Formats: sequence, structure tokens, C-alpha cells
Amino acid sequence: MKLARWCRLTTLLSVAAVSIVISAASHAKLEIVITEGVNSAKPIAIVPFKYEGQSSLPENLTEIVANDLRRSGKFNPIAFNQMPQFPSVDSEIDYKAWQTKGIDTVLVGSIVDMTGGQFQVSFELVDVLRAQVTGGQSKALQNGQLVMSPDHIVESREKIIRTEDFRQYGHIISDIVYEQLTGEKGAFLTRIAYVIVRDRENDPLPFQLVIADYDGANETRLLSSPEPLMSPNWSPDGNKLAYVSFENKRSQIYIQDIYTTRRTRMTDFPGINGAPAFSPDGKSLAMVLSKDGNPELYVMDIQSRQLRRITRNRAIDTEPSWTPDGKSLIFTSDRGGKPQIYRVNLASGGTKRITFDGEMNLGATIAPDNSKIVVVNRTDGNYHIATQDLTSGDMMVLTRTYLDESPSIAPNGSMIIYSTLHEGKQVLSLVSLDGRFKARLPVADGQVKSPSWSPFLL
Amino acid sequence: MLQTKAIKSLIIALPVVTLMACSSGPSDAELEAERNRAAQEASQQAEESRAAEQARVKAESANQMQAAKDMMKKEREALESKQVVYFDFDRASVKSDFHAILDQHAAYLSKNPNQKVVIEGHCDSRGTPEYNIALGETRAQSVETYLLNAGVSSSQISVVSYGEEKPAVMGSSEYAFAQNRRGVIVYQ
Repeated sequence: MKLARWCRLTTLLSVAAVSIVISAASHAKLEIVITEGVNSAKPIAIVPFKYEGQSSLPENLTEIVANDLRRSGKFNPIAFNQMPQFPSVDSEIDYKAWQTKGIDTVLVGSIVDMTGGQFQVSFELVDVLRAQVTGGQSKALQNGQLVMSPDHIVESREKIIRTEDFRQYGHIISDIVYEQLTGEKGAFLTRIAYVIVRDRENDPLPFQLVIADYDGANETRLLSSPEPLMSPNWSPDGNKLAYVSFENKRSQIYIQDIYTTRRTRMTDFPGINGAPAFSPDGKSLAMVLSKDGNPELYVMDIQSRQLRRITRNRAIDTEPSWTPDGKSLIFTSDRGGKPQIYRVNLASGGTKRITFDGEMNLGATIAPDNSKIVVVNRTDGNYHIATQDLTSGDMMVLTRTYLDESPSIAPNGSMIIYSTLHEGKQVLSLVSLDGRFKARLPVADGQVKSPSWSPFLL
Repeated sequence: MLQTKAIKSLIIALPVVTLMACSSGPSDAELEAERNRAAQEASQQAEESRAAEQARVKAESANQMQAAKDMMKKEREALESKQVVYFDFDRASVKSDFHAILDQHAAYLSKNPNQKVVIEGHCDSRGTPEYNIALGETRAQSVETYLLNAGVSSSQISVVSYGEEKPAVMGSSEYAFAQNRRGVIVYQ
């Protein structure tokens, strides 16, 4: 059911932008460079699925899964030439052979061509450590009888998918494996939105709003403009983006449906119309307007367009971000001299400063579990992504890249995507929330900025 | 009116009397035709000289306006070549180095109250894009305030901040940063 919905959405999207997908495909090179954190990752075996059939497979399913797990920073899928055997079901697995290789978990499976563009995919996630103990023959009491209980098979599934579903189903397998082994929901079936700035001298529409799968695949252009595009932000249902466009030579906030391409202009006030952020219930939009003289936070009811002013002072107040309960906003303000992070309670208006470390802290968002905030921290003139624990107040700088900005957190709270300068170009990079894993996304034809990670799409 | 008519007929009558005195004299009809011809000639001459005078004045005035336009254009072009003021890092106050340039813009805009300008505020790429939009607006506003204080009407000025979105110089050198922290006066 859920896969069907995802696929329907993907089909709609590809219909809306067929020509663009084709032209963009030549740019997309999906080599994510992992720069740090392979050592701390847990080894795992993703055995190539056995294939029975005539027609050629559209995608390498096991490669998609292995790449997903590697990019999570938590797993290190071993190379094929390190594998002692290539089983396709649990009964074929030589548990001891894997155990001596230091592998605790093995994913095996098979694909059968059902003809007519349909394929049956089966897989088993096997805990070889447990299987070693039970010999794969553990028994349990059921209704007073001792029956076979293969508890070393952590997960076992079978599904018929279509040719065009392979990539998505690969991500679904990754989500299942990840959740079973970490206890945390996987974020492999998510997307990122970002802005690419092509050659401003020669491209008549250099500013482009783009979405792609979280791994950079299926890059799709949603909008191209002669003037800047900024601050894309996902609606909680994953169907819409709010963003800022300068297409009319001044800033205006728009909401665009990513499937129908329908756009609605939400604001056109004098001065700044910026930094839109959907509330967790999707009914309101926090934003920055300077119509009353200087940048202040407002919350707009999307249905009625009614505005509520939240801040009121002479300083810069910007970058609103919702707390998961939707009752407060955290934001950047230079009311204390230099920009720092504050929190305002929407009901009481009570405002409290929450960052003190470093010369500046900007662009904060709260992790989904409400435990920490992610910020852009400036210390000794360097801008890095950092976290601050909301209980202890401890700040930890996560990155060592240059001019880091626009951090956005994956919906499962495992990873941050941000924009940084690499060899003179703005590129997207990943860092895990514990700072151990770091990777760089492929360099695009242009400057890539303002990444925004989608909510869970399933 | 009556007086003028009387004088005119007197002027015409005088040569007639003279002619009559020295010849056998033309007929009444001939005299009548001669009177008409002379009157026509006189009025034609007056008309021609009036037209000539008018043409001369017109031509002069057109030339004068063109010269003024050229002068204004030159003045504007000179101003447009000095349309950028630069700011210090994380600062939005107009440095005294740029007062002279802004004074020239103010003088021109005061003289030409129909001329509109947009003041763009820009930042270097350090800091976050959203904070830089705010900072860029503060920069553009301080240029606006300077011009208003120098007598320019607020109806002539509008302000837009592009933050770090439209760098003048690409890259992350100190030179690029300095070139990008700017306010730009754009004539419309």
C-alpha cells in the first residue's frame, strides 16, 4: 500500500518533468565521497540477490541497499570479494564462515522475473551470531508445544514490484534493515530540496530550485528563475515547498506543490519576505517580514493568511524554526550585539537566549527528539556546524569544512545536510549528529546551496 | 481699431496723391488694385518675418534643451559609474569615504525629483543566507537614510536586499569578501 503511494507520486513527478529529468540525468553523478567515519561503522554483508529471469534488471538492488547503509555512517558493507559464499536464503548460509570473517549480520535474497515488468523480491536478514548459538534450530513453546522458532531470522519479506519501483524498493529494504539493527527509523526514502546557481553570466535562468532523492538520484528541477531563489522548506506531508523568490525584483514567499507544480504567492510586503518555515501541523508558516521597519518574526495562518507578529524590537530577528511541539520558535537575533539563538514561547511571548558559546550562532533547528539544536557556530572567525545539548548546554563543533551554512536535519535525527565551500565551489555535505561520519555529495554544475531535508515520505 | 484703420488709409492715400500730381493718372480701378497689392505685400512680409523670428527662437530653445539633456545624461552616467559603496564586515554604517559620492547622488536626485533609484544591499558569503538578507537590508537602509538626510524625497528611493545571493566577485578571498559587502544605487 505504502509503496504504491510512493510510486504513484514518483510517476506523477516524472510525468511533470520528463524532459528535465533527462537533461538533468547527464549531470547527476552519484558518487558520494565519505571523508570520515568508516572505521567506527559496523561490518555487515549485503549478499548480491540471486536472479532468475530473462529480462535485464533495471537497477542493482543490493548496491542501492549497500550504499544506503554505508552512507548512514553506522554500517560498513563488506566487498563482494571478501564474501566466503553467495547464499540466497537462510538455509544456504554457512554461519561459521561469516562469523570467522567478523560478520554478525547477513542480508540474503532473490529476485524472480514474473514477466510483464513484474518482479518478485524476497529477502531475509539473518543474525549469524544468534544462528551460531542455536544452529539455526532454536525451538520455542507455542500453545504448550515445542515448535521450530527461527529467531535468528530478524526479518523476512516477499513482495512483487514493478520495473520502475526498484530504486524505491531498495531504499525500503535499507529502511527495514536499518530500523531492525539500530532501533531507529531509517531515512533512506526521503528527499532533499536545494538551490543550484548556474553560470550567472551566460545562463538566462541561472537560479534553480531542485529536488532529488536523499542520495542525489532523480534530480528534478521545480523552478528556474533569472533572479535568486532562497530558503526552500518542506511541508510536513512532503507534498509542498515554501521558498523565497526574487523573480519580481523583490523578495516574495511562495508555496509550490511539487507534484502539480501549482504555485501560490503567500506574501508581497515591502522589504524582506523571508525564511518561511511550515509549522509541525502544516497549518501555519513562520516567516520574517521587515514591513514594519526591521526584520521581525511573524506566523501566518496559511488558510486565512492572517498574520501574527511574534517579535518586537530594533534588532535583526530571523531564521525561525519550530520546536517539535509547535508551541515555540527558535530564531537568530542580534539583540545582544552579535547574532545568537533565542527561543520564544508563542503563547506567552516569553523569550530566552539559548546559545552563549562562540562569537556568533545562527540558523538553528531542533533535532526531532528535542534533545539538541543544530547551529552554524562562528569561533575564531570560522563558520562550522555544531550541536548544543538542550539539557547540559554543551556545544560540540561537528565539521572542519569551510564556510558551512544552512544545516538541515534528516527526519530520523541521524544526519545533517549542509552547504559548504569545497575547492572554491559551494557543495552539499553530510555529517552525522555525533560528528563521527562525514561525506561530500557529488559536485554539481554550479553552486549548490540551501539544502532542506524532507520529512518521512512513507 | 478705428484709429488704426484711419492711419492705414492715410498711408495708402499719400503715394496716390503724389502719383496724381505728376502724371495723367491711373484709373480708379488701377488704384484700387495697387492698394490691394501693397497691402497684401506688407502683411505677407510681416507674416514672413514673424515666422522667421519664430523659427529662430524655436530652434534655439530646442538646442538648449538637448544640451541640458546631454549634460544630465553625462552627470547621471558619471554617477552610475560611482554607484557602489562598500561596508566593513558585519557592519552597516556608511563609511565617511563614501559621503562625497553619496552627496553627488543626492544633489542629482534633488534636482530631478522624477528620477527613481533602487538601493540594493549585498553581503559577503560568511554567515547564513537569511541573516545576510537582514544585514543587506540594514546596509541598503543606511544608504537610503544618508540620501534622505541630504534632501532626497523618500518617494524616489526603494530598497531591496539580496544578501549573499548576488556576489560581485566569486570566491572566498578577502578581496572578494570586501567587493561583495556593498550597497548599489541603481537608477531606474
